[in-house]
Amino acid sequence: MSITPQTEPLTKIKSKQMIEFLKLGKRLDGRSLTEYRDVKIEAGVIGKAEGSAQVSLGNTRVLVGIKVETGPPYSDTPNMGVLTVNAELLPLAHEIFEPGPPDENSIELARVVDRSLRESKALDLESLIIIPGKLAYVVFVDIYILNHDGNLFDASEYAAISGLMNAKLPVVEVEGEEGKPTGDFKELPVRDCPVSITIAKIDEALLVDPTLEEETMATAKITITTTKDGKICAIQKSGGGTFTFEEIMEAQKIARSKAAEVRSLIPGWRG
Amino acid sequence: MEESRQKLIGENGLRIDGRKPDELRPIRMEVGLLANADGSAYIEQGKSKIIVAVYGPREVHPKHLGLSDRAIVRCRYHMAPFSTQERKSPAPSRREIELSKIIREAFEPVIFSEYYPRSMIDIFIEVLQSDGGTRCAGITAASLALADAGIPLRDLVASCAVGKVEGCLIVDLNDEEDKEGEADMPVAYIPALDTVSLLQMDGQLTEEEFVEALKMAKEACMRIYQMQKQALKQKYVEAKEAVEEQE
Repeated sequence: MSITPQTEPLTKIKSKQMIEFLKLGKRLDGRSLTEYRDVKIEAGVIGKAEGSAQVSLGNTRVLVGIKVETGPPYSDTPNMGVLTVNAELLPLAHEIFEPGPPDENSIELARVVDRSLRESKALDLESLIIIPGKLAYVVFVDIYILNHDGNLFDASEYAAISGLMNAKLPVVEVEGEEGKPTGDFKELPVRDCPVSITIAKIDEALLVDPTLEEETMATAKITITTTKDGKICAIQKSGGGTFTFEEIMEAQKIARSKAAEVRSLIPGWRG
Repeated sequence: MEESRQKLIGENGLRIDGRKPDELRPIRMEVGLLANADGSAYIEQGKSKIIVAVYGPREVHPKHLGLSDRAIVRCRYHMAPFSTQERKSPAPSRREIELSKIIREAFEPVIFSEYYPRSMIDIFIEVLQSDGGTRCAGITAASLALADAGIPLRDLVASCAVGKVEGCLIVDLNDEEDKEGEADMPVAYIPALDTVSLLQMDGQLTEEEFVEALKMAKEACMRIYQMQKQALKQKYVEAKEAVEEQE
């Protein structure tokens, strides 16, 4: 059951200042409305994982590890490999996160990233089948939030796609109906580079890459993912506010242009 | 296998169930059918069947969840184990948890929750039979249940999905069109505010298709909105007729 959350409001003086700044097209940290924080992506940070990447977006820090195993494909897609995305809002990342089973926020985060990866067809799942109906590669994308300062959707998505591009696929030898790793590796077939762009609405202003303080003030957010060809492949509106049709059109244009910028920062993506 | 599959759009431009691209499925709405709930509604949209109950505003339990300046809204979207081809486990799936959240967020902007501090409003959506578009039909019915409970609303929320199959944009996808199609975009629309309170998309759409799809969604939601108002009035027409008959 989903319940209206209790959120700690910003101090009056800070929220007033933020609104006044936004009216002038400025933000508390000095950015313009359509400016991202510094995006830093480091791939291959966990040697034991088949793929990994760490992303920092200002003070937001996310680590993604990719593990590849073999297992049965889903019965409704017997000719495809399996992609699984999971997210953990670690208690070490912020005082508001508590240990325990995934809550609606971490489930939403994982599903939004999953949608971006899946619907862009970034991972060529058809080539990840070993024995149709019996054995497939299972790709686990595990999102670890290390420090929360807003815009977890985008930071996680960049880390996930960077991790996939960095990942190696263990080659297996088929023996009967089992796969035995040969010890060799090949590249994971990644053929698109989906990039999500999150736009928050505070008052009447639309701004990209909200910090946690800005998210606290935002009535709603919209996350729009585009493929390398500029097609929209995933959208999620979240938060208890609304968007006008004009705002959605504006957000969609911003997402398209910012995605091209961020895409050039994804390590391993060669257009 | 590929050849024998039925085409989703026929040569006459009609869909597998004979509809035009911008045509809704047959929709039946009923208000106030559950005796215990403060408000309730039932919707049949094509083969999808959903029942919704609203309780509240009522006391918050446990108390610490309450907010001092407004009511909290609780929402549960749930599918019956027998609602799908293969039995669905009654435990809430990740999909149901996500949908419960975004459906709640679709209603927060229309409920005058500031009228009822320290209380809660519960929305229970049960999908009895699923054939695509259940989150949208659930929202449409939940609006009616909220209104039936007498909860002050800025407006009803009307909801409908737009999708793409075989290159053609269509409204109100059924299950097969959703599964086989190239895109699905559920939209919830608040006519009085002219704003969107739920928007999701999966699949692939170009900018032009997206713009057109949004336009189609708004038109479809407006048609559903008219039906919602009709369904609400109908309850009172029936009550009046019953009284007149007695007299």
